[in-house]
Amino acid sequence: MSQYVLRRLLIAIPSLLGISIVLFVVLALAPGDPFSELATNPNVPPEVQAALRAKFGLDDPIHLRYLHWLNAMLHGDWGFSFVSRMNVDTLILQRLPATLYVIGSAQILALLIAIPVGVYAATKPYSLFDQIANTLAFVGFSLPTFFTGILFILIFSVTLDWLPFVYTTDIKATGIHWVLEMIRQAIMPVAVLGLFQAASMTRFVRSAMLDVIRLDYVTTARAKGLGQAKVIVKHVMRNAMIPVVTLIALQMPAVFGGAIVTEQIFRIPGIGSLLISSILSNDTPVVMAVTFVFACLVVLFNLIADVLYGWLDPRISLR
Amino acid sequence: MLDKELRSMIGEVKDGRMDRRGFIKRMAAVGLTAPLANQILALGGVAMAEGPSTYKPTKRGGGGALKLLWWQGPTLLNPHFATGTKDQDGSRLFYEPLASWDPDGNMKLVLAAEIPSIQNGLLAADGKSVTWKLKPGVKWHDGKPFSADDVVFNWEYASDPATAAVTIGTYRDIKVEKIDDLTVRVLFNKPTPFWADAFVGAPNTIIPKHLFADYKGAKSREAPNNLSPIGTGPYKFVEFKPGDLVRGVINPDYHMPNRPYFDTLEMKGGGDAVSAARAVIQTGEYDFGYNIQVEDDVLLRLEKGGKGKAIYAVGGDTEFIALNFTDPNTEVDGERSSMKTKHPLFSDPAVRKALTMLVDRESVKKAIYGRAGRTTANFLNGPEKFVSKNNTWEFNIEKAAKLLDDAGWKPGADGIREKDGKKLKLLYQTSTNGPRQKTQAIVKQACQKAGIEVELKSVVASVFFSSDVGNPDTYPKFYADLEMFQIPMSQPDPSQHMRRYTSDRVATKENKWQGTNYPRWVNKDYDAIIAAAESEMDPIKRAALYIKANDLLIQEVVFIPVQHRLKVEAAANNLVCIVSGWANETDNLFDWYREA
Repeated sequence: MSQYVLRRLLIAIPSLLGISIVLFVVLALAPGDPFSELATNPNVPPEVQAALRAKFGLDDPIHLRYLHWLNAMLHGDWGFSFVSRMNVDTLILQRLPATLYVIGSAQILALLIAIPVGVYAATKPYSLFDQIANTLAFVGFSLPTFFTGILFILIFSVTLDWLPFVYTTDIKATGIHWVLEMIRQAIMPVAVLGLFQAASMTRFVRSAMLDVIRLDYVTTARAKGLGQAKVIVKHVMRNAMIPVVTLIALQMPAVFGGAIVTEQIFRIPGIGSLLISSILSNDTPVVMAVTFVFACLVVLFNLIADVLYGWLDPRISLR
Repeated sequence: MLDKELRSMIGEVKDGRMDRRGFIKRMAAVGLTAPLANQILALGGVAMAEGPSTYKPTKRGGGGALKLLWWQGPTLLNPHFATGTKDQDGSRLFYEPLASWDPDGNMKLVLAAEIPSIQNGLLAADGKSVTWKLKPGVKWHDGKPFSADDVVFNWEYASDPATAAVTIGTYRDIKVEKIDDLTVRVLFNKPTPFWADAFVGAPNTIIPKHLFADYKGAKSREAPNNLSPIGTGPYKFVEFKPGDLVRGVINPDYHMPNRPYFDTLEMKGGGDAVSAARAVIQTGEYDFGYNIQVEDDVLLRLEKGGKGKAIYAVGGDTEFIALNFTDPNTEVDGERSSMKTKHPLFSDPAVRKALTMLVDRESVKKAIYGRAGRTTANFLNGPEKFVSKNNTWEFNIEKAAKLLDDAGWKPGADGIREKDGKKLKLLYQTSTNGPRQKTQAIVKQACQKAGIEVELKSVVASVFFSSDVGNPDTYPKFYADLEMFQIPMSQPDPSQHMRRYTSDRVATKENKWQGTNYPRWVNKDYDAIIAAAESEMDPIKRAALYIKANDLLIQEVVFIPVQHRLKVEAAANNLVCIVSGWANETDNLFDWYREA
């Protein structure tokens, strides 16, 4: 087992290197310049922009820039934002709590809805409940978050005036009021994201359950006289969860990566909005760091999913 | 304006025979607005008046929280590194200049004690130096006194190329010397008619020497205070999260009486302009939103029964279409739009003239800009003193068609005009942006009716405005026949704006397209006018020269002005906010308050 994990980690190194080269080259080839806004300011002579480019090493050949970046990364230096002139890791750490809180809550909400609904729908396929759940799931993943987000804002903020639609990180309250306010402002983004995720996940859980529920060993378990609840939870779900775990594991990096659209709509200062604003302002070190961390997380969570398989289904051996 | 008459009027003001107000009124009658009338008086020997204050609160603080919504939040808080106005806006909350600009373009004293003029001896008659007296008793937020050393240091800091400050353009050609603890003198190497650039306005605020002295030059980016400003402003710094949030709290020792009004200050970043307008105008979650570039009917809808309103500030920003004077489709020595070529269609003045008649500025205003735009015939639309009265514009498809007919451009079988085998087909590019693309469509339609085929192209703003040498789609490269955008005018003076188009500033491969003359228009008369204006100390003659320069640009159809654009902001109904078209939104923040 530990040997397996070690081997997988070693295999991850070349693939991460490959990913970083691809990311770096794509970003270097992309058009634009972090100091382009200066060009439209008549007060700033063009030489200033050229001097800044030289100072931040933007004029060096690409392979040198990559080696510089790699070397710094190995030493734990994530780089330096051209736009904010501060270290990228501080910038990311500043944005992490909001993302973890909002996106994490949304994922939990999605799971809390998807698993019970999916399981129950699978036990009674084509029943009224199943039909309704299916219809709602279709509606849910057909509506993009930018649409539901704005719809929620129009209903709950503008018309009803119940919830704020600008997310603030510095709530001026303490104790229980702070907690309540944090929850209040997260309701809309969490609901928008959570329901969207839940919709597709419900369909997934349902079909995974249906695959298993028809197998002979389930009939055997029922024939032994086990109760419905015990059959479903202990015998069907455990096996049906294997593909679901993969799906969830692959979505976990997104919790750290943020949700670009939702964060933009609700002004949540998360990783997603950092990524999009950095892309727009051509702040390559930040884009590079965020995407690379994201790549690392994907690799890591894939490994975790594989390890979990072994626990869920002892027949799968990890060698 | 008649030179002699003006001079005698200035004389009358000096002797007290005419009052200042009367003078400004008469100036207005001939088309000069107050700010410029004031600067004329300053140079004519009468001190420039400080703009009137409308500030009513009688005690400091007690105003609660002021919540600002900047849909592009500041990403750093050192004015010398500001990559855009958002960073200047954020820095200006804490740092202060010697003087700022009020909505009329009048100077407003901040850290300076007196407005320099020839009369009080602070402004040299030859225009080669200006002396600033500093307000006594001003303290930095950490309690250290503010002095002339700080002012001199800012010049040393910014003018050092190793610092890589974006303000270097303002500071590198001047010298700043300390006279005593509260007096500095700015020396220019040539007569400088517009002396109020260094240390004036939000882009040129002053940072403390005692915190930045160790971080001058190559170490500039390591300064801890780059992200936690210690300034002299009405609000003290509390917290900063780049792109997301800036927080401040009242400065109880602020040097202006009864100011500021608000106890705390918050500047939230992120999102988009429409939802920012919604949060201010419709739901009232925020007090003020900046740069609300939203279609007018959306704003009107939000304003109905809402909690806020859109407010407008007049500056000199002009949306224009530039014409390419070189051929974008012929490559010479690996360079398109090369100076060795001539534009095959635009070398015929009739084509250029016809195009000016095909831009329906009224429709553009009605359909797109609404209250945020004014139709104009001029390239230079402010300050008022420099605005030409000699030009008119018209939209007339028949007249344009006739002009082309007469010049020999006859419609071909496909309806597109041609002459000597050259078809009137144009490529018209702009940056990707709703209003701009709609304007393109309006122009294209009119051109089609007149027998000109127009192909539209829009380039992402981050590429269009970049100086990326490798990218063919930037505006300085201008690989198109027409391009449309605007260059913001950041000062109430046209010198920077107009000098871009002289012959020696043509953008070419040789200078890596860093030349500012992207239409690649070469005109000796224009060069001479600009050279004369740059050293002309007589304000009237100087204004006349810039008017002439503008007229030349219009007559030669280097530019087709589309719209004089106003700044649009959103503000809560009860917020009294002073916003100038000649300054950053936060430049007059010390005068903001809330009405009961």
